[in-house]
Amino acid sequence: MSNKEVFFNPFSKSNPVIVQILGICSALAVTVKLEPALVMGLSVIAVLAFSNVIISLIRNTIPTNIRIIVQLVIVAGLVVIVSQLLQAYAYNVNKQLSVFIGLIITNCILMGRLEAFAMANRPWPSFLDGVGNGIGYAIILIIVAFFRELLGSGTLLGYQVVPQCFYEAGYVNNGLMILPPMALIVVACIIWVHRSINKDLQEK
Amino acid sequence: MENLNLFIRSIFVDNMIFAYFLGMCSFIAVSKNVKTAFGLGIAVTFMLTVTLPVNYLLNTYVLSPGALTWLGPEYADVDLSFLSLIVFIAVIASMTQLVEMVVEKYAPALYASLGIFLPLIAVNCAILGGSLFMQQRGFANTGTAVFAGLGWGIGWLLAITAVAAIRERIAQYSNIPAPLRGVGITFIITALMGVAFMSFLGIKI
Amino acid sequence: MNKQGNLYTIIYIVVLVVVVGAALAFTSISLKDRQQANVKADKMTQILASVRITPAPGDVISDYNRYITDTYCVDMQGNKVEGATPAFDVNVAELSKEAPEKRLLPVYVCTLADGSTKYILPMYGAGLWGPIWGYISVDSDGSTVYGTYFAHQGETPGLGAEIEKPHFRDQFDGKHLIKDGTFMPISVVKHGLAPQGNEDYVDGISGGTITSKGVGAMIDNCLSPYSAFLENLQAK
Repeated sequence: MSNKEVFFNPFSKSNPVIVQILGICSALAVTVKLEPALVMGLSVIAVLAFSNVIISLIRNTIPTNIRIIVQLVIVAGLVVIVSQLLQAYAYNVNKQLSVFIGLIITNCILMGRLEAFAMANRPWPSFLDGVGNGIGYAIILIIVAFFRELLGSGTLLGYQVVPQCFYEAGYVNNGLMILPPMALIVVACIIWVHRSINKDLQEK
Repeated sequence: MENLNLFIRSIFVDNMIFAYFLGMCSFIAVSKNVKTAFGLGIAVTFMLTVTLPVNYLLNTYVLSPGALTWLGPEYADVDLSFLSLIVFIAVIASMTQLVEMVVEKYAPALYASLGIFLPLIAVNCAILGGSLFMQQRGFANTGTAVFAGLGWGIGWLLAITAVAAIRERIAQYSNIPAPLRGVGITFIITALMGVAFMSFLGIKI
Repeated sequence: MNKQGNLYTIIYIVVLVVVVGAALAFTSISLKDRQQANVKADKMTQILASVRITPAPGDVISDYNRYITDTYCVDMQGNKVEGATPAFDVNVAELSKEAPEKRLLPVYVCTLADGSTKYILPMYGAGLWGPIWGYISVDSDGSTVYGTYFAHQGETPGLGAEIEKPHFRDQFDGKHLIKDGTFMPISVVKHGLAPQGNEDYVDGISGGTITSKGVGAMIDNCLSPYSAFLENLQAK
């Protein structure tokens, strides 16, 4: 695979969320509003890129039998640093994300990419793979959050988008969109559209 | 009574899958048939019940601000809470390894049926999520932690078994649009089950 | 050296833990002041929100110092507790679980631009998913509610989480905490159900019943210990 493929494939063809089905948990929990979804996406991109590079750098020194623990410790360390930075510089967003920042550690995307890519590749491709997959994850998060915030609260990034005259004419925000199960339905719809276009991904 | 209430709530109201969507990755991957789903569910329940009290003790006596006072009054200002994530995940990972070794040695039959799931569990968000919720909500004592862990575990087991049963039927009898087959329809089933489980909100014993 | 040997593994893990631990300790220590300042500024913003002052992000501390002219703690009998923990540092979350007579009750005295005095009282309770908390400001008659602030950690957005929205909070304005000389907490009731013989109630949030009940219970639990203090204010 060329570096270009490593970087761009996760956007659609091997998207971590809707094709590899990794990292669903956080994708659903933080997508009620667009802003936390953006921050979560950025945090995952940062953690994924750096952990991929670090693991790739030390991949030849890691004893195989404690491989998983080493990966977990490094990921956990990076996540804690991100969470501390958010507490110091983006306090309000950190409040909204609460435990889900911590859960980046067990975000399967991280372990999946470390195990499948960084353990076998050089640092530069690993970095691209990390950023690519992080962006692929963030794209899905943002699409889901966009629809949930628009239909559920009539706002985007906190700004009122649906005009007041709509409400006066009887339009009501769809409260169901705010509830967690609707995130799954939105993801399912994305998968539906995506697999109708990319027929080779369909399961029999 | 308090603990019983918490236990029931953890199974139905605070259900890890239907209310928080934690542990979804392995949930989606393993819910294709009931037997393996049940095996993974048992493993998750066991790990939650074991790791939650251990992490509770670590949190109370080592990690939270001022927790080290039992070593001496001069430690009252020590705040190690920034280490909690790393300690929790280390406990979970090493417990997984430990359980794997013990089960392999003393119950080979169980290991044969459960073995492949054990390594998967270290990265199951439901387990770490349990510990983080424990820390966030400030559980009162070890008993509470055990009951909450057991309840969350059983809730997860219930969820994965139920969805696996539906998937088995659907794969045989239903004509699903091709793009939705497999993962897509599982998401929709889980979402509908989640909506159904919301009727348990506010249950109190 | 043998990479699969026990010695190598042990040394490896020890070095790894030390390096990661040191990195974490370093970030934690170097960011600590900033984080604590954030927590403090956040609390000040919440306190000011209950008297409907929204400071600009940079002015939180100066606004807080300008409007909050005095802070002290009182006990169940309404007497000032001398030499106690400063009111700002009192852990309301912990104390709200104790018996009322054991609690330290913080009071923030706020002097507004028009010279009127408001008393701000903190509250802490439980919603459906996690803790809820808030501040309520009372006029100098000790009874009329001037403003409220509610916050939550993880209530359902659009349902329970509506408690932090103005349409819920504003219902409290002008309600009375003291009736005929005795303290009566404001009840939060189901939409359209008025309790008999008490016009000082607010409508709960439809779909957020448990959170609304939590708010009612929180007001009852956290303000009742202040009854002597509030009655004294009214008597003045």
